[in-house]
Amino acid sequence: MAFNKNSNGYTFLFAILMVVLVGAILAYTSLSLKPMQKANAAEKKMMNILGAIGVPSERGAVKPVFAEFVSERVSIDSEGREVSSMTGEVNSSDAEDPFNIDVQKDYRSKAPASELAFPLFKCNKEGQSLYVVPVVGKGLWGPIWGYVALESDMETIYGAVFDHKTETPGLGAEIKEGFFQAPFKGKKINQVAPHFTVVKGGAPTNEYSVDGITGGTITSKGVGEMVDRTMGIYLKYFQSAPKAQK
Amino acid sequence: MEYLSLFVKGIFVENMIFAYFLGMCSYLAVSKTVKTAVGLGFAVIFVLGITVPINYLLENFVLKEGALVWLDPAYATVDLSFLSFIMFIAVIASMVQLVEMIVEKFAPALYGALGIFLPLIAVNCSILGGALFMQERQYPSIGEATVFGLGSGVGWLLAIVAIAAIREKIRYSNIPDPLKGLGITFILTGLMGMAFMAFMGIEI
Amino acid sequence: MSTDTATAVAPKKESLFSKKNRKLLTDPLDDSNPITVQVLGICSALAITVQVQQAVIMSLAVLFVMIGGNVIVSLMRNIIPDRIRIIVQLVVIASLVIIVDEVLKAYSPDISEKLSVFVGLIITNCIIMGRLEAFALGNKPGPAMLDAVGNAMGYAWILLAVALVREVFGSGAISFPGIGQVKFLPESWFMANGGFYENNNLMILPPMALITVGIIIWIQRSRNRSLIEEN
Repeated sequence: MAFNKNSNGYTFLFAILMVVLVGAILAYTSLSLKPMQKANAAEKKMMNILGAIGVPSERGAVKPVFAEFVSERVSIDSEGREVSSMTGEVNSSDAEDPFNIDVQKDYRSKAPASELAFPLFKCNKEGQSLYVVPVVGKGLWGPIWGYVALESDMETIYGAVFDHKTETPGLGAEIKEGFFQAPFKGKKINQVAPHFTVVKGGAPTNEYSVDGITGGTITSKGVGEMVDRTMGIYLKYFQSAPKAQK
Repeated sequence: MEYLSLFVKGIFVENMIFAYFLGMCSYLAVSKTVKTAVGLGFAVIFVLGITVPINYLLENFVLKEGALVWLDPAYATVDLSFLSFIMFIAVIASMVQLVEMIVEKFAPALYGALGIFLPLIAVNCSILGGALFMQERQYPSIGEATVFGLGSGVGWLLAIVAIAAIREKIRYSNIPDPLKGLGITFILTGLMGMAFMAFMGIEI
Repeated sequence: MSTDTATAVAPKKESLFSKKNRKLLTDPLDDSNPITVQVLGICSALAITVQVQQAVIMSLAVLFVMIGGNVIVSLMRNIIPDRIRIIVQLVVIASLVIIVDEVLKAYSPDISEKLSVFVGLIITNCIIMGRLEAFALGNKPGPAMLDAVGNAMGYAWILLAVALVREVFGSGAISFPGIGQVKFLPESWFMANGGFYENNNLMILPPMALITVGIIIWIQRSRNRSLIEEN
């Protein structure tokens, strides 16, 4: 090929061709894989919600388990009023379904609470009514989130799961582990602020607090802050909603 | 006040080298003398200071979900974030090309001393890291993003000048041969990293 | 101008594993190790050597991207204009990584979760760029592929060594991809249970990775005195 590959014209042409080709390949890959990715993300969300109420689930077999235990999905506003409700199968493209409220996005948008809708999952496990609240916050290196399940009195914690993106493995990352999450069971949400705290590793705890991870103070405090702040938002709903009979 | 807090955080609390360990390759390779370290450090500040705001504009007006609404409200659900890496890198590589040309023209001695590491700024993890952090943290304004970029750059400069200064001095110390040069630099950086951990989590 | 089709003439195929090419595989393990000698790929060596399973996953990802990148750039080496070659290399790497990331997110979401943090690190991994620039641009795809494998292996063994040290001393465990962390020290040893042992938490933090690599360099250069830097 006797062309000058370093000529301006060729360089320009090559660059344009490359951009078009790469753009096309990436766009195609992303678009064709998006439905699968969304389905995976929805599945993970369901697994986490079920995890909060202590129901194990496996990828690929989550939807029926979710339908069995989660009876209703509602969204509430900052005044504690139920704004919408949905039952039946979850459609991850349905913008009206409270399941699809992106709490992470809402948190990052820093929009005032009065403009947002907050999801709540009403569950039924062995005859007991449970309520699952999604929580999001900031860890040391990146976002952290989780789901806290409350008993029918909307005050006692039934269980909690937490997850993170980039916390320090072995330290902050341990919020994913059972040993950090288990002590949440049986604790209560304080009706006055602070509604919940995660205290520094080793410090004494009461019914409104759990022990943090030694060496993972900032991530642990992040968990405490997000549970406290979120419960503060849902408190109006908890105090005004009719408590289902156990 | 917010700006000052971001700036100082970028230098000490979230130092690109000591807190995130990004940009290590050029940091280790160009820290033999303070002079080259300062030169590269300023190049990094310049590149960070320019690419973070440009990438911020890209992120907010092209890439993230709903960013293209200014073109047409119908594009509210378009999410181009899968192109983030490529676009950020393209911006960075172009900026570095620019810096290379400027340095070659105005400081040819520095250009010779830096050698391959000037174009390697394009792959410097700290530059892409700066863009990715900006994307992750969703700074509310371009001003904050720029201050973050500049602060991170200054932090990088501080780190590389510090290690270069130490390396110049320890040339006269009695280090075992196999540890001379690269080995002791790794250990020193580790120790400095430990020291900077004291800043972790400080809010101003 | 393709040289490595499956129907290659016997002598051509033989030369893929000639002595010269075998050196491409073995040199990066010691004499020209990407991390300890070429001083490339440090950032990721620090960030993802906290657990052995992270090091394994990252090494596999880097291996894949390096092979892909080296072969693609080598195939394109005669048509890339000089002025934009760095950008072209970056675009090739970035595209490969993005495709890997997207495919994993769709087909293996759990692995993708573990890897997503590293995706950015792989793109800027100086080793990948460095080998594209230093080797793939000037060599045929066959040797380029071997160079990729060699350097990826050199990178991998350092990563695994550091991860092993950090995880064993930092968590008293070793983790395997798919299985998770396996603690192998008896619980009774730990101080919390009345024993004498305590995990060295400092090992989990990045500075110790640097110091560990420094010591590996020390050992390496003691064995191979030709690597010692003269002031």
